[in-house]
Amino acid sequence: MPHARPICNPACSGVLLAEIVGMVKPLLNNRRLQITLNRLAHQVVENHVSFKDTVIIGIQPRGIHLSDRIAKKVADITGGGHIDYGKLDITFYRDDVHSNNIPVPNQTDIPFSVQDKCVILVDDVLHTGRTVRAAMDALIDFGRPRKVELLVLVDRRFSRELPIEPDYTGMTVDTILTQKVIVRWDENDCNDEVVLIDKI
Amino acid sequence: MALSVKHLLGINELTEKDIDLIFATADNFKQVLKRDIKKVPALRDTTVANIFFENSTRTRLSFELAEKRLGADVVNFSASGSSVSKGETLIDTVNNILAMKVDMVVMRHSASGAPWFLSQNIDACVINAGDGINQHPTQALLDAFSIREKLGSVKGRRVAIIGDIMHSRVALSNIYCLTKLGAEVVVAGPPTLIPKHIASLGVRVEYDIRKALEWCEVANVLRIQLERMHKPLFSTLREYATYYGINKKLLDGISNDIVVMHPGPINRGVELNSDVADGERSVILQQVENGVAIRMAVIYLLSGKRDPSIQSARPAHLQ
Repeated sequence: MPHARPICNPACSGVLLAEIVGMVKPLLNNRRLQITLNRLAHQVVENHVSFKDTVIIGIQPRGIHLSDRIAKKVADITGGGHIDYGKLDITFYRDDVHSNNIPVPNQTDIPFSVQDKCVILVDDVLHTGRTVRAAMDALIDFGRPRKVELLVLVDRRFSRELPIEPDYTGMTVDTILTQKVIVRWDENDCNDEVVLIDKI
Repeated sequence: MALSVKHLLGINELTEKDIDLIFATADNFKQVLKRDIKKVPALRDTTVANIFFENSTRTRLSFELAEKRLGADVVNFSASGSSVSKGETLIDTVNNILAMKVDMVVMRHSASGAPWFLSQNIDACVINAGDGINQHPTQALLDAFSIREKLGSVKGRRVAIIGDIMHSRVALSNIYCLTKLGAEVVVAGPPTLIPKHIASLGVRVEYDIRKALEWCEVANVLRIQLERMHKPLFSTLREYATYYGINKKLLDGISNDIVVMHPGPINRGVELNSDVADGERSVILQQVENGVAIRMAVIYLLSGKRDPSIQSARPAHLQ
């Protein structure tokens, strides 16, 4: 599908309108997203032969849908063994807590020690890198991991504000700041897919 | 999501949604307090002044811990040993503290309404830590939070508030908070210590403490505030303890299982006997534990409300 050109109308805004006027560019459809997820899970297993000292931690709220799938696939590939899987909320570690809309925290659930473990942090979109920075700070309050790796589904190249790079990348996209990458999941939005939206 | 208020002055100004948001946030902070590192850096750019014109142990420590565990800088002020004794006014005192670039003020004062007065006259966010015989909102929030934790919910629960209702800011805030959350509330105590028109707040009045205990699931026992009684309202403490004091023998004679709460400090042997205060029905120390989480939630949520453009501590009407 060709890239739809934005229609500039300053009076209009919002995602819904963008969808109506055809400014949504699909990046990954359901089938291709499944292939990418399988690849990511295999890459994780390739790098970590044993999951005795490796744990998977998803970043709340939107990284959880991805980490759920990755953790399940990794468990399937390795033969259904136990994998330590946790969820990390980074709300209190953000550097923009005092913006107008104060974020409401989600649950942190890490039912194991991260001390001396290899931690694979999972988030859906890597943009400025600030969320990952906050996640690393939050993680270190739970112990001293031996190593921290980063797995993301979409890497928005060239928009980084901090020196952070992913170890596992689903896909790389070149975007400008006004664009938005949205990962939709079955649980929330009816269909697994990744789309790029041009804001008007 | 955000609170509908800019200051926490009284429970009656909060909506039910606000209280739910505070509880949900406090749940998260309770998790943080169970970790080895009980600290998050959310408020590392915020300075909070704890201004106490009245004595306090629990509330002040609890606020200070909450602030420190949010990473805020804290300054403490108590009226004794300060220039208040030289005749400095409340606004002058607070403005001098604010001139040192303070973002939030936690205040306890013996005059009812003092936090309202302050919030109208300064730019910083004000949290009421108890004003006279009026309100003590964070105590009411932590009491309701403790009931929710112990019994699963507040809605529909039967709560008896027992003792010195007349002089208790905890009682008034608790009544507002519990009725807002859908609990049934009875106030019980000697007629001289129950305000005349209290039933208009949607509570039932009971003068027989045994009947109140037979009815309730939670008994929140309040302290007899002798320091606020300027005329005799009952003959002796021993008489009060005999007719209105709660002891193990009294509770054992009652068929239902009661959760006993007390905001502290306890007059042991007067409103509450040691065999109950230290017994298995008591959640008094859990209340104190929950106090830190609730205060962290309130401070965190209000910090998003503060105006980042505040540069000067001059009163709004002078700018």
